[in-house]
Amino acid sequence: MQAVPEPHEGSDTRTVSAAERAALIAALRSVLPRDALLTEPEELRSYECDGLSMFRKAPLLVVLPHDVAQAQAVLRICRERRVPVVARGAGTGLSGGALPLDNGALLGLARFDRILDVDARNRTARVQPGVRNLAISEAVASLGLYYAPDPSSQIACSIGGNVAENSGGVHCLKYGLTVHNVLAVKLLTMDGELLTLGSQGLDAPGYDLLALVTGSEGLLGVIVEITVKLMPKPERAQVLMASFDDVETAGNAVAAIIGAGIIPAGLEMMDNPSIRAAEDFVHAGYPVEAAAILLCELDGSNEDVSEQVMQVRELLRASGATEVRTAQDEAERLRFWAGRKAAFPAVGRIAADYYCMDGTIPRRHLGRVLTRIAELGAEHGLRVANVFHAGDGNLHPLILYDASHAGELERAEALGARILELCVEVGGTITGEHGVGVEKIDQMCVQFAAPELAQFHALKHAFDPDGLLNPGKAVPTLHRCAEFGAMHVHHGELRFPDLPRF
Amino acid sequence: MTDIDERYEALADRVRDAAARGRALTIRGGGTKAFYGRRPAEDADVLDLRELRGVVAYEPTELVVTVRTGTPLAEVEALLAEQGQRLPFEPPHFGDGATIGGAVAAGLSGPRRPWGGAVRDALLGVRIVNGRGEALKFGGQVMKNVAGYDVSRLMAGSLGTLGVLLEVSLKVTPRAPLEITLVHELDEAEAIERLAGWSHHALAMTGTCHHDGRLYLRVCGGERALEAARRAIGGDLMPQAEGFWSDLREQRHAFFAGEPPLWRLSLPPATPPLGLGTTLHEWVGAQRWLRTDATAETIHETTRRTGGHATLFRGHDGTGEAFAPLPDALAALHRRVKQAMDPQGIFNRGRMYGWL
Ligand SMILES: Cc1cc2nc3c(=O)[nH]c(=O)nc-3n(C[C@H](O)[C@H](O)[C@H](O)COP(=O)(O)OP(=O)(O)OC[C@H]3O[C@@H](n4cnc5c(N)ncnc54)[C@H](O)[C@@H]3O)c2cc1C
Repeated sequence: MQAVPEPHEGSDTRTVSAAERAALIAALRSVLPRDALLTEPEELRSYECDGLSMFRKAPLLVVLPHDVAQAQAVLRICRERRVPVVARGAGTGLSGGALPLDNGALLGLARFDRILDVDARNRTARVQPGVRNLAISEAVASLGLYYAPDPSSQIACSIGGNVAENSGGVHCLKYGLTVHNVLAVKLLTMDGELLTLGSQGLDAPGYDLLALVTGSEGLLGVIVEITVKLMPKPERAQVLMASFDDVETAGNAVAAIIGAGIIPAGLEMMDNPSIRAAEDFVHAGYPVEAAAILLCELDGSNEDVSEQVMQVRELLRASGATEVRTAQDEAERLRFWAGRKAAFPAVGRIAADYYCMDGTIPRRHLGRVLTRIAELGAEHGLRVANVFHAGDGNLHPLILYDASHAGELERAEALGARILELCVEVGGTITGEHGVGVEKIDQMCVQFAAPELAQFHALKHAFDPDGLLNPGKAVPTLHRCAEFGAMHVHHGELRFPDLPRF
Repeated sequence: MTDIDERYEALADRVRDAAARGRALTIRGGGTKAFYGRRPAEDADVLDLRELRGVVAYEPTELVVTVRTGTPLAEVEALLAEQGQRLPFEPPHFGDGATIGGAVAAGLSGPRRPWGGAVRDALLGVRIVNGRGEALKFGGQVMKNVAGYDVSRLMAGSLGTLGVLLEVSLKVTPRAPLEITLVHELDEAEAIERLAGWSHHALAMTGTCHHDGRLYLRVCGGERALEAARRAIGGDLMPQAEGFWSDLREQRHAFFAGEPPLWRLSLPPATPPLGLGTTLHEWVGAQRWLRTDATAETIHETTRRTGGHATLFRGHDGTGEAFAPLPDALAALHRRVKQAMDPQGIFNRGRMYGWL
């Protein structure tokens, strides 16, 4: 178990006394049905962590409202009593965004699980935040439509969590991230005000607060309804698998495809350790001797796909692929993808524990960065498997370790931090899609200068003046950065004049 | 410090100075979109960004271009065209000298928008000066980046009311190999019906326009895909259609030549005809241009009921409100967001709303 980073200053370094907790429970009881409030230690246990299970903490209590009015009442009560609130979708987040606070309420949205309306003519669906990502596509499949962003966790993660993290997936290269596929959200602010951001058209008057809220990790408001855009299923999808003798050549092939003016629906890379793990696990038919494989999916009209398959096959060969295979039928296409989608659990089988990183880099540095990651792994005495969204330069190095060996977890964390800093050094970012949460909060001090962090805090203040929503996550205090010591150097000078606190 | 850093610092100094004196600043690029929104405060100093030009980085295989905001839009487009690429949102210029900064701040997108995305969708990163006179950097040059709040996208369409844009990083896309335009004779209601059907099939559309009994449909793809599309859609092939689409984007089409006022409606695309006046549809029906004598209240009320909103686009004196009124709680949040970025309220005072 790890020390949890300090919470947001101002809201809640304070402890909640037993009497205060009892009064809070009584107040919540008066607005919630029995099954919507959990307070017993054994009930709280299953909410101790999200997908980043190295951080654990039991919440003060859990509320599971059934509707907007109940959620509104919960927020008003917490606001009055200055009790922090952490929203939780399905708890699959990988950065500790839904990690509870011991002095705060955990607001679970699992019961907001209805698809409210499907508008086939306008190709939109209005859904509650607890609906699972894949459930949307399943519900509209008979209409020939689907919801495009497809995180690997799509069978479990909630659409509300997707909006809060601006999640991506294998098909985001062509169809965009969550932010590109959401038309509107209904948001409850900490004082229980219900706002609609966006519209049922393609834009809305005023500021683009919908974009600001997307990816805000539950710090600006609680999302209680989402209108998503639906896409028509492509006439045809075809996937190619190319093998390479070394990772750098595979990286260059990615640039060659994009440079030729082709935007594949998905373009994913796996290195040898991931290929072997996935092959052992799902028997996808991967070449276990290859140093790397690329999976390239092309979709669109029959004619265009046929032409592009030939073109991409040539490009891959010319870029040095040792073998290029085209899925012979739909079953083989799905098998190729099954290996990729199961890569995380597959790697989970070859190591006691793994730690998934999420940096993004400009594509042209792929080869160089992968080589450097391997070196850093060796320096830390740990193995790293890579499986990632090559098309948009979003890396997922999986650091393999064994928490039962003294010091390995700490080494894994240190290696992870170095990898993220490497991403920033080559002009990238510390997180492409998994969010900052508690995990990467120190690396935020590397990526942003003090006035930039202060600007984030000012925006947070505009939505949540008391700093009660998910405090301590996503944006570090300037104080924390000063202590972390990795202050961002701006124009050769350090800019921490007076360490204002927010 | 490089020259350009010094220029940015000098701009930041000017902003700090204005903030200290509580003096309003009007941010100006090419001035081609001055008609859009409200007229900003009269007693303001002008911050002209046209000198701030140049491409900072362009790597075609990364599909990203980073440019200083005073760079002429035409220059950016020409540079991308050399590499067979384009800005996915196909922004209108509305006159000579339009700058990329103005295009981003206005947030207006052209015919390709429903498929290529809007300005905000392509905006990956910005450098700005906020109202405290601090030069800040948000986002970056990579496609995926969720570190911190998405301040970059917040800047798109904010009409210069939140900060001075110095540099923008934009996602670019390859140009389609070929495009054709097909024309059908259909009335408004039939056109909406047909478009809803076609959109449901994965046709590679890149533009639609309906006006005066004619539906124009632009589709892209390889030669064989276009033949297949023609078989599926039917209609007459329009020769030399490129001029038609650029006239539409630039509002040089005859429809726009009439008497003001001109309204822009943003609606769910399959919304039936509203019967408010003469219309020209784009974006599969999601953007409708309207000429009407109806009152602003009627227009706002009618569009709101569809789930969309209306803007008084042209033909007003810039003193009344141009954009749809916001509900009280949302308006209050707008004020707080403005305050977070520009505490003294110096940037483009009153340009978006009179109260902002
Ligand atoms: C095996 C595996 C594979 C994954 N693959 C991908 C991938 O390919 N791409 C990707 O992007 N992610 C991936 N993830 C990460 C994760 O699934 C996503 O971040 C997902 O969007 C989280 O959704 P959730 O419902 O589980 O949210 P949670 O984990 O419950 O919450 C995540 C964050 O959102 C906030 N939140 C949740 N719901 C709301 C709401 N309604 N209102 C306001 N804030 C809210 C929480 O406070 C928290 O900060 C993967 C995770 C796992 C375990």
